[in-house]
Amino acid sequence: MRYLPLTPDDRRHMLANIGVADVDALYRDVPRSATAPRSIFSLPDTQGELEVERYLSRLAQSSMSAGSVPFFCGAGAYRHHIPAAVDHLIQRSEFLTSYTPYQPEIAQGTLQYLFEFQTQVALITGMEVANASMYDGSTATAEAVLMAQRVTRRPKAVLSGGLHPHYAETVETVAALAGTVVRAAPLPGRAENLIEMIDDQTACVVVQSPDVFGLIRDLRPLAQAVHARGALLIAVVTEIVSLGLLEPPGAMGADIVAAEGQSIGNALNFGGPYVGLFATRDKFVRQMPGRLAGATADADGKRGFVLTLSTREQHIRREKATSNICTNSGLCCLAFTIHLSLLGEEGFTRLARINHARASRLADRLLKIDGVELVTPAFFNEFTLRLSKPAAAVVDALADRDILGGVPASRLFPHESRADDLLIVAATETVTDEDCEAYSRGLAEVLA
Amino acid sequence: MMQREGRPTASGSGKMSAIGTISGDRGLDHEEPLTFELGRSGAVGVDLPDCEVSDKRLGGLRRREPTGLPGLSEPEVVRHFVRLSRMNYAIDSGLYPLGSCTMKHNPRLNEKMARLPGFADVHPLQPQKTVGGALAIIGELMRWLKELTGMPAVAMSPKAGAHGELCGLLAIRAALEARGEKRRRVLVPSSAHGTNPATAALVGFDVVEVPAKNDGHVDADALEAMLSADVAAIMLTNPNTCGLFERRVIEIAEHVHSAGAYFYCDGANFNAIAGRVRPGDLGIDAMHINLHKTFSTPHGGGGPGAGPVVLSDALAPFAPLPLLASDEAGLRLIEDRGAVQSGGEPFGRMCAFHGQMGMFVRALAYMLSHGIDGIRQASEDAVLAANYVLASLRDVMSAPFEGPCMHEALFDDRFLEGTGVTTLDFAKAMIDEGYHPMTMYFPLVVHGAMLIEPTESESRESLDRFIRVLRALAAAAQAGERERFVEAPRYAPRRRLDETAAARRPVLRYKSNSLAQAAE
Repeated sequence: MRYLPLTPDDRRHMLANIGVADVDALYRDVPRSATAPRSIFSLPDTQGELEVERYLSRLAQSSMSAGSVPFFCGAGAYRHHIPAAVDHLIQRSEFLTSYTPYQPEIAQGTLQYLFEFQTQVALITGMEVANASMYDGSTATAEAVLMAQRVTRRPKAVLSGGLHPHYAETVETVAALAGTVVRAAPLPGRAENLIEMIDDQTACVVVQSPDVFGLIRDLRPLAQAVHARGALLIAVVTEIVSLGLLEPPGAMGADIVAAEGQSIGNALNFGGPYVGLFATRDKFVRQMPGRLAGATADADGKRGFVLTLSTREQHIRREKATSNICTNSGLCCLAFTIHLSLLGEEGFTRLARINHARASRLADRLLKIDGVELVTPAFFNEFTLRLSKPAAAVVDALADRDILGGVPASRLFPHESRADDLLIVAATETVTDEDCEAYSRGLAEVLA
Repeated sequence: MMQREGRPTASGSGKMSAIGTISGDRGLDHEEPLTFELGRSGAVGVDLPDCEVSDKRLGGLRRREPTGLPGLSEPEVVRHFVRLSRMNYAIDSGLYPLGSCTMKHNPRLNEKMARLPGFADVHPLQPQKTVGGALAIIGELMRWLKELTGMPAVAMSPKAGAHGELCGLLAIRAALEARGEKRRRVLVPSSAHGTNPATAALVGFDVVEVPAKNDGHVDADALEAMLSADVAAIMLTNPNTCGLFERRVIEIAEHVHSAGAYFYCDGANFNAIAGRVRPGDLGIDAMHINLHKTFSTPHGGGGPGAGPVVLSDALAPFAPLPLLASDEAGLRLIEDRGAVQSGGEPFGRMCAFHGQMGMFVRALAYMLSHGIDGIRQASEDAVLAANYVLASLRDVMSAPFEGPCMHEALFDDRFLEGTGVTTLDFAKAMIDEGYHPMTMYFPLVVHGAMLIEPTESESRESLDRFIRVLRALAAAAQAGERERFVEAPRYAPRRRLDETAAARRPVLRYKSNSLAQAAE
């Protein structure tokens, strides 16, 4: 087996050194009834690299990849161009095959990029402090709600109907254990009145902008009302590129920002791995979940970085930790950090403008088709259309024409019959004029 | 013979360091500023056309202030991150004996496969008929995991080990609720990973610690006595964190079940037994599998991981959404409670979408490459290597328990008694010798613990050299060479870092001036 360096001779020598006859002797604590013979497993034996590659490549070909067709899906995962340098750099052995930086003297590479990552996240969200990542945007949102429950010592979380339903379900799964979670009904294209749902038991209000339908929301009036009631405002961002053009949640009064960072540096990957961003105010830093890299000095006085405030974490605090998270999204953070370093201020803002321009132009074009209405008056790179036919069937028919035409709202809101004719359409910088033309033609045919 | 010890290119002490260099760099060791210190406005690492946009559809919410991100060209960014990478230890560059972490070789075929467009460039909400290949990967990985564990079901969406623990305990909580019971306690051995009690507390259980016996095994009698109608579950790591297989595990499972509780197994140490023991045969109800440990998906400096959870028949109905169903039409994702087959009662959802697809491809490539014979051999080699280390060091270092061990060898700090050298000092001296230290001060049940997991990826020559170095270090400590230890590391990119200062005055992001303070 090509990955195993020990030869039969090595094994004999080592067993002799240990003083046992065979390897079975090393497993002597395993009850006989639990010792599994090879024959019990219906699994194949070793295969060469060529065979494995052939098999997996064949499987890969039986999916329609986004880059091979006109592509317009979003709703929490976005296809952006990733500069070639990103994937090259994250595959450097020293990044790819290192562990969590628990020995800082020989992990400065990881610790420094985490510090840069935290700074980048704080800057673009307009917040004071960010952690070294969560699993993804949805789990970051759930952690944000738990943190708000800890900070306010109140049980109730109010979720906007414009919050991605998968995020809402993720929050409900953990935050309802020790508290209550109430979710507003979705109002596609409009901001619901969340203020009336806030009471003196409310720990937080969770609102997404742009929301799951693509609508840009003004968080300022809500922030005021939330703070007046002593609750926290959690702002969720699933398309982080939007912050290159839009007012950041930190500037609109958010207390915690939970976001999905996949759009920068990370591929679609059928939903994972992604990178959860988590940012808040300095005053809440000791209530934060997850790892934090901090600056310090070494014995020679040189600047260096370490994991810090670990007394919040499970490996120190055990059942009193702020979260159970251990492994996070290290390498996805690195991809994010490299891509955003390449973009810089100018690249990030240009990228955001291009996205908005593409989506805006596509919307204008599609609105000329009979049976198409725009539901979201303000949007970034994603908008919702009301169609004259059920959107799921339309998307299906478009797929038959080799067009991935968006996400039908019914996929996310299966119990909302009012969502049946809604289609969520995203257009990033990767969409070409030809793609838009093909889409527009295809949609007109399907709706005709 | 070539001199292979030490790191001649590293910054050092003594005469050489007294001279210093003009640049502050030393040969191949470069100091590297932050991107925020390198960048300037006007520079950019991507070419994008400028494009004006109107405010018409922005809802009056156009950003007013610049972000403050620095500008850098591509060559600067590449050099920056290459230089950073050179400050990291990695499994590709050396033995990485971190106990409980399974730092094994990460095959590059797996990286190549995960990047195939049919896996990497597929959107999670594409129509299901367009993602057959992606679903097939999940289905095939599920088959392997169920076969290897002898368990009937597996939940695929948990994103790491701790997330898997959460999934398992939520399933247990749901199963108890379905039985109309509200049990409050979860029993966790004192040797457990910190994630176990943290997860139990997160799910709302009271954590009750089970003592370990002097031989490193959990005290099965004490455990049995602690079982009651108020115990929801036990969380047991097997093989345990002392590197031992819990020999009374089947008996423990029986007691747990007869008390009406569930058996959660922490699968962090599956690499010792994969292909040789099916956890299902031990009577477990749930176990997470760290794909980034046993199945070699890269640790990536702290993630991403993946933590699928195998479930017993008793817990399977409560598996979270989404589920993967298989019928005449093929594989199909079930994302909504309303579409779940009768009997299914998903407790909820762990995350958006379907889990760590990128990790699934890598883990499956590992499994297919090894095959069941290779997986068995890998487990045996990992156990053999750990026992070889234990047998070769126990006369000079102190091992708290009788062998044989599983895939990790545990030592305590008795051999350092009276030397003025601590476990931490000993670990830092290993850095100077070119090695990543072992896991220190864990498990907590052993004083000054040093947990060594060599994995199956090391050759005999590599193990012999490691053993030689550790024996010499132990001898040096006992011979009174205290400075070698307390001042270590000398030959790393940084000397020991002041963690107390970092926590007392946290500097968690770049601001001009903030870092000058930190370095004071």
